[in-house]
Amino acid sequence: MSTLVAPTTDTVDVKVAKEHKRRANVRQRAGQIFTYTALSLVCIVFIYPLIWLVSASFKPRGQVFDNRLIPRTFQPENYRIIWEAAPVAQWLVNSLVITTLAALAVAASSALVAWGFTYFQFKWRDRLFALVLGTMMLPAVVTMIPEFLVWSGFGLVGINAPFNGTLPMWAHNLFGSAFYIFLLRQFFMRLPRDVFEAAKVDGAGNWRIFWQIGMPLARPALVVTILFEAQAAWTNLQRALIYLQDSSTFTVPRGLKAVVDRFGAGIGGEQNWELVMTAAVVTTLPLIILFFFGQKQFVDGIATTGSKG
Amino acid sequence: MATATVAKGAPGETLGAPPRPIRRFFDRHRNTLGAMAFISPWIIGFLVFTAWPMIYSFYLSLTDFDNINPPRFAGLANYRAMISDHTIPQALWNTFHFAIMSVPATIIVGLLLAMLLQRASRGNGFFRTVFFLPRMTPQVAVGVLFLMLFNGSRGIINQILGWFGITGPQWTVDSAWIRPGLVLMGLWTVGNTAIILLAALKDVPRELYESARVDGASSLRQFWSITLPLISPQIFFVFIVNSIASLQTFTEAYTAFFGNQANFSNDAALFYAIHIFETAFRNFRMGYASAMAWVLFLIIMIITAIQWRVSKRFVFYGGGGDE
Repeated sequence: MSTLVAPTTDTVDVKVAKEHKRRANVRQRAGQIFTYTALSLVCIVFIYPLIWLVSASFKPRGQVFDNRLIPRTFQPENYRIIWEAAPVAQWLVNSLVITTLAALAVAASSALVAWGFTYFQFKWRDRLFALVLGTMMLPAVVTMIPEFLVWSGFGLVGINAPFNGTLPMWAHNLFGSAFYIFLLRQFFMRLPRDVFEAAKVDGAGNWRIFWQIGMPLARPALVVTILFEAQAAWTNLQRALIYLQDSSTFTVPRGLKAVVDRFGAGIGGEQNWELVMTAAVVTTLPLIILFFFGQKQFVDGIATTGSKG
Repeated sequence: MATATVAKGAPGETLGAPPRPIRRFFDRHRNTLGAMAFISPWIIGFLVFTAWPMIYSFYLSLTDFDNINPPRFAGLANYRAMISDHTIPQALWNTFHFAIMSVPATIIVGLLLAMLLQRASRGNGFFRTVFFLPRMTPQVAVGVLFLMLFNGSRGIINQILGWFGITGPQWTVDSAWIRPGLVLMGLWTVGNTAIILLAALKDVPRELYESARVDGASSLRQFWSITLPLISPQIFFVFIVNSIASLQTFTEAYTAFFGNQANFSNDAALFYAIHIFETAFRNFRMGYASAMAWVLFLIIMIITAIQWRVSKRFVFYGGGGDE
């Protein structure tokens, strides 16, 4: 669809109208050329660091900084070295498990709560929902320390705790998350109410209406929630720094941080940035693949996030 | 049903007809009880992971606590100590300086990108994908990646500046340039802001522009009088979200400038969230860190309140009925 529309012509002289149209076309053409040139330039800026990252991961030590995109000396052994030097595979598995649990837990619990706030009418509903929204404003750093103490109070922190102390990485998601509750509620509110009323008349209970009608209809919103949380859980470093204490339980960001500390630290002049870059590529790839599969939902989800609904 | 065999007052007594008053209670509050069943995960979570931590952290802020020995009550000692601790204003300044640069930059660049994207009819999906890719890169990787690109002597960014005869700064070492560098790094992940604003731009009715053009309004005028007011709710949304996020900046700055690296000057990147984290989990001064967290909390509350107040004058919610 074109963005520029020629002015309405029915009342003016046809000649003038034609001239108008011609000028509008020229302007539009020029505008399009400008737009695509600018977009392509921005594109290069956005994609370059990633290409550089991949290229650096194949370079030998000392050539990382030569800024050629095609390495002078091609050294794929970096991947073998990093694979042997650090339990990268283990980190990937850990992250995969934690990310999956975190995303599913938050989607299920938030949907439940969002449904409670949409489907039912009850006395304190709006005030309670305002409280849900209010918690979004609460900075995570304020609750970071006491939350750690809550988990350790339950005996769930540390390598000797159940599940090697990985429970605090995702289990808080079992209780819903304000942002997703908000997101899903926005979606539920758009569903036609008479469907639920009809089901009620047919004798379906609350749970059944939620599970067999509400949830299937909410699939797009649930996918968005799962993708968002997967991204957040996959990249979360702060939690991992607090709760994961042994490299066998590390997630990808925590492991990457360990690699940076070890190979980028410059202790004794040894800086193996190429290995850091290799580890970064290995750990970035899965998310980018996920993104390509869920791209449309992801972008549409972000688009709806900002709307007031 | 054999109601008579069910012991009176037994906990799971639901099969038989319950005594009248209980039934009446259930009938009357049916909706509330149903709703509570659905909402209960959040209520439990709120009590255990928000309300209690808030109260407890406030209590801790009044104590000396090292996570090993029981907390020892210290009154306002932590808050008093914060006043004379020069790292606190340093960290606050770093954080606000960063936020003040980063939030407007993100919104302006995001809006420019969104406007470009809106004008691109073909390849829209491709461009959106590319702009969003950096978001998919773990921030740890972003941190080290930009440490390389920003390298003062050999990084590509200074090399490009060199083509134009500009001698680039020592981004990663010079304390005056660390934060601007982090702002630029943040702009790389502007994709989601751009996409939110793009969605807002698409919702602006075309007719408004057409009638404005008939009235002879310039493009700039149209932007100020139509586009900006109509997308102001979304601008406000990204403004709030980005403000809160940038005041809590942690990962990129932490990976790039902290850890075992002894050879980086990191004072300029000592953001408040990093400072709290280090105080609590490296130096195990949990009480002091709690006090720091509370100060940040109050500051964020005040800022958010001001933002809401100010927004009432500038944010335009069309059609009334704000949900």
